[in-house]
Amino acid sequence: MARPRTMYEKIWTDHVVRTGTDGEPDLLYIDLHLVHEVTSPQAFESLELTNRKVRRPDLTLATIDHGVPTDGRALGIKDPLSKKQIDALVANCKKHGVELYDITDVRQGIVHVIGPEQGITQPGMTIVCGDSHTSTHGAFGALAFGIGTSEVEHVLATQTLPQSRPKSMAVNVEGDLPLGVTAKDIILGIINRIGVAGGTGYVIEYRGSTIESLSMAGRMTICNMSIEGGARAGMIAPDETTFDYLRGRTYAPTGDAWEEAVAYWRSLCTDPEAAFDAEITIDATDLAPYVSWGTNPAQTVSVTGAVPDPAEFVDPLERDAAERALAYMDLKAGTPMKEIPIDRVFLGSCTNGRIEDLRAGARVLAGKQVHSDVHAMVVPGSGLVKLQAEEEGIDLIFKEAGFEWREPGCSMCLGMNPDILLPGERCASTSNRNFEGRQGRNGRTHLVSPEMAVAAAVAGHFVDVREWG
Amino acid sequence: MDPVTVITGQMAPLPRANVDTDAIIPKQFLKRVERSGFGPFLFYEWAYDEEGELLPDFVLNQPEYQDAKVLVSGPNFGSGSSREHAPWSIEDRGFEAVIAPSFADIFYNNCINIGLLPVALTETEVATLTQIAADPDNLVTIDLADQMVTTVGFDARFEIDSFARHRLLNGLDNIALTLEHAVLIDGYEERRATFKPAVR
Repeated sequence: MARPRTMYEKIWTDHVVRTGTDGEPDLLYIDLHLVHEVTSPQAFESLELTNRKVRRPDLTLATIDHGVPTDGRALGIKDPLSKKQIDALVANCKKHGVELYDITDVRQGIVHVIGPEQGITQPGMTIVCGDSHTSTHGAFGALAFGIGTSEVEHVLATQTLPQSRPKSMAVNVEGDLPLGVTAKDIILGIINRIGVAGGTGYVIEYRGSTIESLSMAGRMTICNMSIEGGARAGMIAPDETTFDYLRGRTYAPTGDAWEEAVAYWRSLCTDPEAAFDAEITIDATDLAPYVSWGTNPAQTVSVTGAVPDPAEFVDPLERDAAERALAYMDLKAGTPMKEIPIDRVFLGSCTNGRIEDLRAGARVLAGKQVHSDVHAMVVPGSGLVKLQAEEEGIDLIFKEAGFEWREPGCSMCLGMNPDILLPGERCASTSNRNFEGRQGRNGRTHLVSPEMAVAAAVAGHFVDVREWG
Repeated sequence: MDPVTVITGQMAPLPRANVDTDAIIPKQFLKRVERSGFGPFLFYEWAYDEEGELLPDFVLNQPEYQDAKVLVSGPNFGSGSSREHAPWSIEDRGFEAVIAPSFADIFYNNCINIGLLPVALTETEVATLTQIAADPDNLVTIDLADQMVTTVGFDARFEIDSFARHRLLNGLDNIALTLEHAVLIDGYEERRATFKPAVR
C-alpha cells in the first residue's frame, strides 16, 4: 500500500515539474497567478527589459484593489501616484493579454475575494499572488501562498516557481463553536496560541469538526490569516461544502469535467494515517470573541478580559514588545477591554469582506444606530458582494444605522488609498493586521470579528456580542 | 543580480522583535512603479515625526551609523506582507545584509531573490552582535562561501540553503535557470488535467 500522505504533500507532488537535485528546490507548476497593481509593475517592467513574455496569460487574472478609492470614483483617481500605478496595470494587462477586472467592472474587488467568487479558485490547485493573504485560497484545498515581485516576474515568465518544501502542521479544532464566536475568533485564538512566528516554515492544514462545520466564508477567514501566524499557506480539505460553493460558478467545470474534477478533489484529502511534522489541538468551547490589544495579531484577549500587564510576560522580548505595544496603543494594563472607547469601525478586507460577513454584521446592527462618536464604514470585498448585499437590502440596514456604504477594495485594511486612520484614532477593524501605522500613522487598530465590530460601532466601545443575543 | 561573496562594514543595531514590513516600508511609499528609490523611506515612521522632521534618536539617523552595511535586529524580522519593497528599501539604503535570530518566510525569499543576504544566528549570538554594534567603529565581515560572521572577539557560523548560497555567490538569474528546463514545463503542460480552469 502506498505511504499515507497529507493533502499538502499530494498537491505538491502533483505540481512538480522537476524534482530538485543537489539541494536545489523543486520546480512547481502554478495553476493560477493573481495579479494586482502594487506588486506587479516592476515585474512587468523587468520582463520587458529581458525580452520575455507572459507564458500563460490564460492562467493569469488581474484586478485593482490596494490603491483604489472607495468613494467618488466617478471623479477619477485623485492620488497621482495611485493613478500611475493603476494605469500601469491596465497598460501591462492590455499589452500582455491578461484579463483585468478594472475599476468599471462589477467583478472588480479584492484579489482574494474575486478568485473564489468566480470559481477560478478550486481544490488541488497551486495559486500564487504578490500578496501575503493569498493563503485565503487554501480554504478550497488549494496550495496558495504569497510571493514577492521577483517571483511574480518568475511566474509571469515561466508559470512555475522553484520552491523548497515547507514542513506540515495540523491544527485541529474540535467541538461546537460557542454562540457569538466566529471563524475570526478561531484564527485569532490559534495565532494567540502558536504566536506570530509559530507557523514559520510550515504549511498549516486546519482540521477537525469545528472547521468542517464552517461555511466557505468562514474557512477563507481562517486560511486568510495563516500568514499572521507565520505560515505562508493554510489549507482545509475540500468537501461537500466546497463543492456546493463551486458548482455553477463561472470557471467551475461542468458536465463530465465536473465529475472528473470532484473525484480528483476527493482524492486529495489527507490519508488517515498520514503524519504531520507538528500538530496542535484546540477545543472550540474554550474560544471566545477576541479583541487585539497590541500591535501584532497574537496580542489578543477575550472581550471579557483586560489589557495585560507587560510584567506578566516571562520572555524578555515579548515583555519589551508588550510595553512598546501598550505605549503605541495608549492603553493601560488592567483596563477592561469593554471600557475601551473607539472612534472608527472598518468592516471589510480579504479577511471579512464577503457577503456572509456583511450579513453577520447586519444581523447585529438591525434596528440600532451607530454611536454618535463613531465613524463607521463598510467596504464590500468585491463589486458582486456589494451588488448582492444591495439586492438583499443589507446596504440599507448599514446606511440607515449611520455606516458609510463604500465601493469595493482593500481600503482601510492597509490604507494605501484615502481611507486611513488619523493619528491617535482607535478603530475596531475586521481586517488582519494591527501593526504600528498599518491603518494610518499612529492609528490604533483592534482586530475583531464583523459581529464584534458592528456591536462596538453601536456602543462606542467594545462589548461582548454574546450578551446581545 | 550582482554576486554576493564577502561583506565587510558597519553594523546598525535595531534590537526589536517582529519588525514587520509595514514598519520597514509604510504603505504610502508602495505606490511607486520603479524598482529603486525606496531607501529614503526605510523605517519612515520610526525615522521621522508626524511633521516629517528627522527623529535624531533613531539608530539610522545617528551620524555615526551612516555607513552601516549590516542591519542587526530581532526575531521574526520581516513579518507581514509580501512586499518586496521591504528588502528593496533596505538595499537601497546601502545595506548588504540583515542579521537576525529568525526571518519571516516570504521576506527571507525576497531577500535571496534580490541579493540582500539574510543571516540567521542564534538569539545569544545576535545579542552579542548588538552589543558589539554599539561601538560604530566595530566592523563585521560576513563570508558567504565560508558561512561565517566575524567581528572583534566574535565569530559564528550560519546556515543557508545550499542552492540559495550558490545562486547568491554566482549572482544567478533565477528565471534563466528555470528556462533551462523549458522542455519539462512543456511536458508538464501537456499532461496537466483538462478540467483545470483557464481565464479564457
